[in-house]
This record gives sequence, structure tokens and C-alpha cells, in this order.
Amino acid sequence: MKIRIRILTAVGVLLLFIGMIASIHIGAKNIPFNEVYHAIVQPDDSINAQLVRDIRLPRMLCAVLTGGMLALTGTMMQGVMRNPIAEPSVLGVTQGASLAVAISAVSPIIRSVYSNFFMALIGAFISGILILLFTMQRASNQSISRILLAGTAMSTFFLSLASVVALLGNRSQELAFWIAGGLRQAGWIQVFFLLIIGGFFSIAALLLSGKINLISLGDEAATGLGISPEKIKLYTILYLIPICGVCVATAGNIGFIGLFIPHIIRKLIGNDYRKLMPLSFLYGSIILVFADIAARIISAPYELPVGLFTACIGVPVFLLLVRKEKK
Amino acid sequence: MNIQKNKVIGIVCIILLLGTVMLSLMLGSYSMAPEEVIQTILGNGNKLQNFTIFQVRLPRITLAIIVASALGVSGGILQAITRNPLAEPGMIGINAGAALFVVLWISSGTTAYYSALSLSTIILMPVVAITGSLLSVLVICLLAYKKGIRPVRFLLTGVGVNAGITAIISFYQLNMSKGDYNQVLTWTNGSLWGSSWNYILLTFPLITILILLVLTRSKTLDVLGLGDELAFGLGVPVQKEMLFFLVCSALLSALATSVAGNIAFLGLLGPQIAKRMVGPVHRTMLPLAAGISAIILILADTAARNLFSPLEIPVGIVVSILGVPYFIYLMLKGK
Repeated sequence: MKIRIRILTAVGVLLLFIGMIASIHIGAKNIPFNEVYHAIVQPDDSINAQLVRDIRLPRMLCAVLTGGMLALTGTMMQGVMRNPIAEPSVLGVTQGASLAVAISAVSPIIRSVYSNFFMALIGAFISGILILLFTMQRASNQSISRILLAGTAMSTFFLSLASVVALLGNRSQELAFWIAGGLRQAGWIQVFFLLIIGGFFSIAALLLSGKINLISLGDEAATGLGISPEKIKLYTILYLIPICGVCVATAGNIGFIGLFIPHIIRKLIGNDYRKLMPLSFLYGSIILVFADIAARIISAPYELPVGLFTACIGVPVFLLLVRKEKK
Repeated sequence: MNIQKNKVIGIVCIILLLGTVMLSLMLGSYSMAPEEVIQTILGNGNKLQNFTIFQVRLPRITLAIIVASALGVSGGILQAITRNPLAEPGMIGINAGAALFVVLWISSGTTAYYSALSLSTIILMPVVAITGSLLSVLVICLLAYKKGIRPVRFLLTGVGVNAGITAIISFYQLNMSKGDYNQVLTWTNGSLWGSSWNYILLTFPLITILILLVLTRSKTLDVLGLGDELAFGLGVPVQKEMLFFLVCSALLSALATSVAGNIAFLGLLGPQIAKRMVGPVHRTMLPLAAGISAIILILADTAARNLFSPLEIPVGIVVSILGVPYFIYLMLKGK
């Protein structure tokens, strides 16, 4: 197991590095590697350097951070809910944030980058609390089918409300871009927010991973070991709400990363959340960086929604998981 | 005693339905007093009133009743065969399949929107939608098949397929012109805009036949709701009957979707409320579910037309706004 984890980490870091370089290199204008290097080490005012500094670099960093954080939130949720299909986008948390972002985009008073973040946090908070209440209500609500239907209903609701907002504000097609997810708007402000808010709560979540381990064994086992499962669940959800919020405010509604990444990693290294969570973060970053590159080059000069690629991988994995489920 | 109570509930439901119809006839960008509406229906209206009632509002309301009945019954069937009170045709990919095909069709540019719809369009649209929804049911069944179809697996697979189809739809939406896009958005959210008597002529007979067919076999549905083993023990060929009802449910929701778009939550609300009022016997529950769904849809449509007048919002959204609080209540309520 240990060797496997080391290999996975090494391969992951290497892949991520390649992805990061490629993400800066590839685009509407391919920038040669030596100029990329120059632009980062000793930036000057040439067009390529500006391109790297103002567009490519922040976008790449956003992809790395949101990808990793989304995968992390999925892993956390699966751990505390003991449910292989739990994931913020499946349970309606990201859709709640999307609705809030739509409201902020339409209303003339609160329209700015900061308000986007603020609103996304509120949206994620409300939908996260609803899901939390639902799962804590009674044990049978943790069954996969009930959680899933509840989550689907919530996402339908939030998205249709978002459509009303967008229709009334006459910005419906922009909303579709939000819902499909993409990194067009990524800039340094977004990187900053991701690092401060997302980074803080991600680290807090990682510190919790040992306890999530115990919870994933079962409530009784956790109680027997002297920790309160309800409390840990509450903390986990409270940590992942702001992470989801900043991710949605940056990249829109990118689904399924938190579903298939932890699933694959779990197959490879087992159920230890102390290792599962960092590795999920790493591979989430890799997937999103490469998905973003693909989204930019496949039908250039147009950009495809990144969420489409993650859904392409996510939906089959989801169906596979459902098929395997016994009850 | 019980029959007496059911009769009373039925009569109340009909009165309420008539009341909402009346309300919906009165309200709009051209408001009419109740006497005027009655006079017009009796044939004494002026030209403007005649047009408003017979060409605009009445077809729309009739269509709302037909669509709502279909969705209500469809949801009731699904909840029975999956034995899950939260099951609904809008959430497990049936409506989404229909929506996908219509979106593909619209984006291939064969319809002229914002103009009078030709008869061929009116006939083709339902056919396209029905093909789509049946295909998605087929896909769900195939994916969920593992030594027979288990209800839970069917549901979960449906949710997954729904997510996949929604992703594809949003991909197509992004590549559309603004006119197409708004048409699709209105359609995927459900709307009774542009209802005409032609739609009614097409859907009414089919939906009536399907509902009657389901009602004549409602005993089997009752038994299926008890569980596979019990139903099998009572001599019901479970898989075969389940497939029959599944196809009926899919057809009903496809027909409704084909004329009114994807109206979510209606198939959840009607049957739930009906079940609470008259109990789980489908013979009485399903018609009541149809009636309640119709009341909800007419009210929602009236709101959708008048709330942001002259702008009209998709009625499906109003239904979700009404439906979700109830849904959340259902979720949170302890058994």
C-alpha cells in the first residue's frame, strides 16, 4: 500500500506539473516554453509575458485549485455520509450557489466580483444546511436513493429559480454558461479568494481527516472511540460549504469531479481518508487542468464548457456505482 | 363511510377545479368580470370577449387540465412501482429524454418559432418527444437491468441518466442562437404558451385512453405497491406488469412533455396530496391526483401569466416554487 501511495503521489505531481506547463503554453496563441519560463522568472512588458501573467497563469491556478477543492469536498461528503454517491453537485449545494450567483449577476446594485463570491457563499450555505438537516433527521434518510432524490429535487429547484432570474433579467444565455461551468472569468482576484477562503477551509478539512476515518466506520464505532459523529458531520459540512461557494463563484457549476476522483483513488489505495483526501485533491487538480485545456482547444476559437467533460467521465462512473449498489 | 368520504372529497375537488378555471378565465392582460365570462360562454359575448375566451384562454386551460392529469397519473404510477414517495417523471430522466430530442430537433432548425405552427409541426413535436422519452426509458432499463429490474436501482439509474442528459442539453443550448435558446429554455422549464385546440385534439384522446387503461388495471398497481415478493405470491407476473406500467407512465409524461415542456414536481405533488386524502387505493387515488394536479397547474399558469405581466415566465418554474417547499417538508418530516 505504502509503495502504491508513493507512486501515485509521484505520478500525480509529475502529471500536474506537465498539465500546469501545458495549460500556460497552449491556447489561442501558443507561447513557446522558453518564453513561458521567462515570463514567470523575469516578467517584462512583452505581449507574451502579459498574456502569461494576466490570463494564462491565473486561469491555470484557478483550474488547479477548484479541481482539487471540488474533489476534496466530494471525498469529505462521502466519508461522513458513508455514501459513495454523495457529492456537492449531486446534492444541490453547487446549484444553490449558482442561483445566488445568478441573482447577483442580474441585480444592478450588487454586481461585482466580490458580491459574486459573497452571494455564492450564501447560496452554498443555505443548500448545504438543507441537506445537512435532511440527513440528520433520521437514519433512513442516509439511504442512497433518498439522498439522491432529495438532492436532484433541490438542484432542479435552484436551477429553475435561476432560470426565472435570468429570464427576467434578460441574461438567460449567460446563465447557461454558469450552469455548464467554465474558467473564462478566472483572474487574480479569483485566485486570491480561492487561496484565502478555500485554502483555509481545505486545510481545516484535512486536519479533520483522521476523524472522518472513524466516522466512515460507522456511528457506533466513532461513539465508542469517544468522538461525537454528529459534531464531526456538522464540522465537515460547515467546512465544505465555503469551499463549494468559492469554487462556484470562480468556475460555475462543475459537476461530478467530487464523485469519480475519490472513487478511483479509493479503489487504488483503500479507505484511509488521511491519504485519500490529499490524493483526491491532487488528482482533482490534474483532471480539471487537462479538462480546461481540452475545453479551450477542441473547438477553438470557441470554448466548450468544462462541466461537459467532467460529466462525460462522471455520469458513467455514477451509473456504475449505482449498479453495484446492493440496496 | 369511506365511500361517502371519498365522494365528498371528489365533489369538493371538482368544485375547486371549476373555481380555478373560472379564475383563470377572468384574469389576464384583458381582465373580465365573472358575469362577462359566463355571458361569453353562453354565446352572448362581443368579438373581443369571444376571441379571448375561445381562442386564447380556454384552449390553454383545457390543455393544462390534460397535461396535469397525465403528469399526476404518471407520477402516481411511478411512486407505486418504485415504492418511493419521491419518485417523479421529471427527476428520473423520462422528461429529460423528451426534452433532449425536442432540443435536438429545434437546434436542427426544422421549426419556425414565433410564427403560426403548421399542422405537421404540431404532429411531429409529440412524436419526437415520445421517441425521446421512450428511448431514455429504454436506456434506463438497460442500464438498470441486472437479473431483473429492481425499483431502487431503476430510480438511481434514472437520476444518473437525467444528469447526463441535462449536461448534453446545456451543451446544445450554448451553441444556439438567442431565439432558439429562449424557446428551448421556455420549453425545458415547461410552458403552456401557444396552446391551441390542435394540441388538445392530438393529446386528449391518447391521454384519456392511457389513463383509462391504467385505471382498469389499478388493482395490479395496488398489489405491486406491496412489494415484489408479496405481489409475486399473489400471482402477479411482477416484471411484466412493472414494465407495462412503466411504459404507460413514460408515455403519459412524454405526451404531456411534448405539448407543455418539462414541468417538474407536478407528478410529485398531485399523487402525494391525493394519497394523504383518500389513501393508497389507486382506483380512487389516481383520478383525484389528476384533479389536484390540474388545480395546481391552472393556478400556477394563471400566476405565470399575470405575475410579471406583460412578461410571461415558464409555468414549470411556478410549479417548482410551489412544489419544493412541500417537497422539503416531505423530506424533513419524520415518519
